[in-house]
Amino acid sequence: MTAFINDLGFIFSYAIPVMIALMLVSLGGLFSERSGVINIALDGIMIMGGFIGALLVLYVGRPLGLPTQAMVLLALVGGAVVGTIFSAAHAFAAIHMNSNQIISATALNMFAPALAVFTARTVGGTERINIVDRYRLDIPLLADIPVLGTLFFERAFLSTFIGIAILIIVTFVFYKTRLGLRLRSVGENPQASESLGIDVYRMRYIGVMTSGFLAGLGGATYLISFDNRFNGDFLGLGFLALAILISGQWKPIRLFIFALIFAMLRVLANLHDSFEMLAAVDLPGQFYRLLPYLFTLIILAFFSKESQAPKALGQAYDQEKR
Amino acid sequence: MNWILNFIAKKPNSINVISSIVAIIMGLIFGLILMFIVNPGNALLGFWTILSGPFASTRDMGFMIFYSTPIILTGLSVAFAFRTGLFNIGATGQLTVGAFFGLYVGVHWTFLGPFHWLVAILAAAVGGGIWGGITGALKAYRNVNEVVSSIMLNYVSMYMVNLLILNTIYGGRSEALRPASTARLPVLFLDNIFPRSPINIGIFIALIVAAILHIILNYTTFGYELKSVGLSRDAAKYAGIKEKRSIVMSFLIAGAIAGIAGGVMYLVGDRTFRINEQLLEQGFTGIAIALLGLSSPIGVVFAGIFYGSILRGGDAAQRIFREEIIDIIIAVIIYFSALSLFTKQVISGYVRKKTKKDVDFAQKEGDVG
Repeated sequence: MTAFINDLGFIFSYAIPVMIALMLVSLGGLFSERSGVINIALDGIMIMGGFIGALLVLYVGRPLGLPTQAMVLLALVGGAVVGTIFSAAHAFAAIHMNSNQIISATALNMFAPALAVFTARTVGGTERINIVDRYRLDIPLLADIPVLGTLFFERAFLSTFIGIAILIIVTFVFYKTRLGLRLRSVGENPQASESLGIDVYRMRYIGVMTSGFLAGLGGATYLISFDNRFNGDFLGLGFLALAILISGQWKPIRLFIFALIFAMLRVLANLHDSFEMLAAVDLPGQFYRLLPYLFTLIILAFFSKESQAPKALGQAYDQEKR
Repeated sequence: MNWILNFIAKKPNSINVISSIVAIIMGLIFGLILMFIVNPGNALLGFWTILSGPFASTRDMGFMIFYSTPIILTGLSVAFAFRTGLFNIGATGQLTVGAFFGLYVGVHWTFLGPFHWLVAILAAAVGGGIWGGITGALKAYRNVNEVVSSIMLNYVSMYMVNLLILNTIYGGRSEALRPASTARLPVLFLDNIFPRSPINIGIFIALIVAAILHIILNYTTFGYELKSVGLSRDAAKYAGIKEKRSIVMSFLIAGAIAGIAGGVMYLVGDRTFRINEQLLEQGFTGIAIALLGLSSPIGVVFAGIFYGSILRGGDAAQRIFREEIIDIIIAVIIYFSALSLFTKQVISGYVRKKTKKDVDFAQKEGDVG
């Protein structure tokens, strides 16, 4: 039994960076979808964020000889900013052009990996961008706390703390501020919101571009804290984040819980060999890689029936409609 | 310019085709700009090579048709789903499962003799159909959004097929075994017209599928029912159509077509199924092709051949630019297809102003813009 608890702790410590990345991206999705705009471009935005993060580390941070954590910060900020700009293309098509929101997002999803691989190959000859480095840090004093200290503050990532802070801020903004209320209202009934003097277009731009910011940040986070090399895509992690958003019924705290479950399943694919129990069963590695996606499907089959999706989700805003 | 305007004014439907062409032109312009940024000296040469490469010889044209075949089929799969109100982003997964079914029959069922390839293709259709049907059933009975579920199924299919191939038709070096010679698609007389190219009868299969879909969608009650469920699920139900069954059927058919694409891709002599962690891009390209082809089976055939041509052009331009330039162009084309409503508004406004005629540019049925 103690071995089992140790194993769980081991998976957990690995899963934290993945969870943070997934949570950031799905919180991004939350902003967009609660404002009424479907954003399946999360995956593409995430790829863009990771790609820019890798480029910044390799071609700006390293040559300038920046200290490690400054480099991490540079990558995170860069990823978030580029994610914001990139998502504006989706916002423009979906909000102002009445486009089919799924199609314009699909275009972004195809564009991001193509541009990333094209640039990486043109600049470096191969699509792989290695940024392997030691980005972890120990927080003095806090790391000495038993159990919790080891889990959260020893060999931790800067992004973990940023991620937790963002979760708290987002939850607060969503439920306790005027902005959050307005954002939620344009996703439920834009016509009524407009009649109360809320600028629906502006709110939706804020929603989609905040989602771009968070998804870009999430992509850079995943790259720095888990992948360490950029290969052109993240194996559909952005879509997993979208599934988390739906499973979590568009509510911040639930997203956090689902992100944790998915992250633990995801890291199991990398770690299953190191457990006696699982090594004894000897299932092929491909099976573990398949697990998070299969699990998502099953969860969706259970949670979609009574979906609490925002009522105006996916509908272009038409002022004349009542 | 005037004759174009008058033409549009006389035939308002042509505006849809024109908005597709505008999207293609925008994509190409974006590609050209990117080429100028990366390598200004060779940009024009590279651009010209992409456009003219596929027509340089009959061999190149053979390649162009060979490349376009699976794309036409995945395009038809997505277009059919569009017409019935569904978004099939899972074509890549259906194609992967179809490829496995086709390869399995193609490698093991050698007792079939001359019917071998035909049975293998049908097996591919069954595999893709099952995979599409799962998405349809989840949507119809569990209210699961088809976009998210089929994306999950894409990844499940990738790992599952990798596993299945490793265990049943593994040929070493992370590749599946090649299909038996009887299971490869016949070439007939085509190698006389397009010598030294990999062309086979796959293109005829694609054309036959397009014709069948055209008939189903436009001339049958069955097709009418599927389309009406797409327009309004509730109204169709009220009219007595079994709307859940229709959704499953739509996805079953869309999946089967994508499955055939998988069969056509791998039941050949010189392409093997590689075991890696990458989704097959043909499924996603199908989305672009369906949009460009205005979701009509005939339009998809033309759009697919266009795609085959720039793919072959990308081959020819490879020495100058990385082939991903093609993917970028395609992504931009999709983006502008999504903006087609806007494009149409601009064009129709311009036509009305110039020709001073009151033209009715009504939205066409099945139009996804």
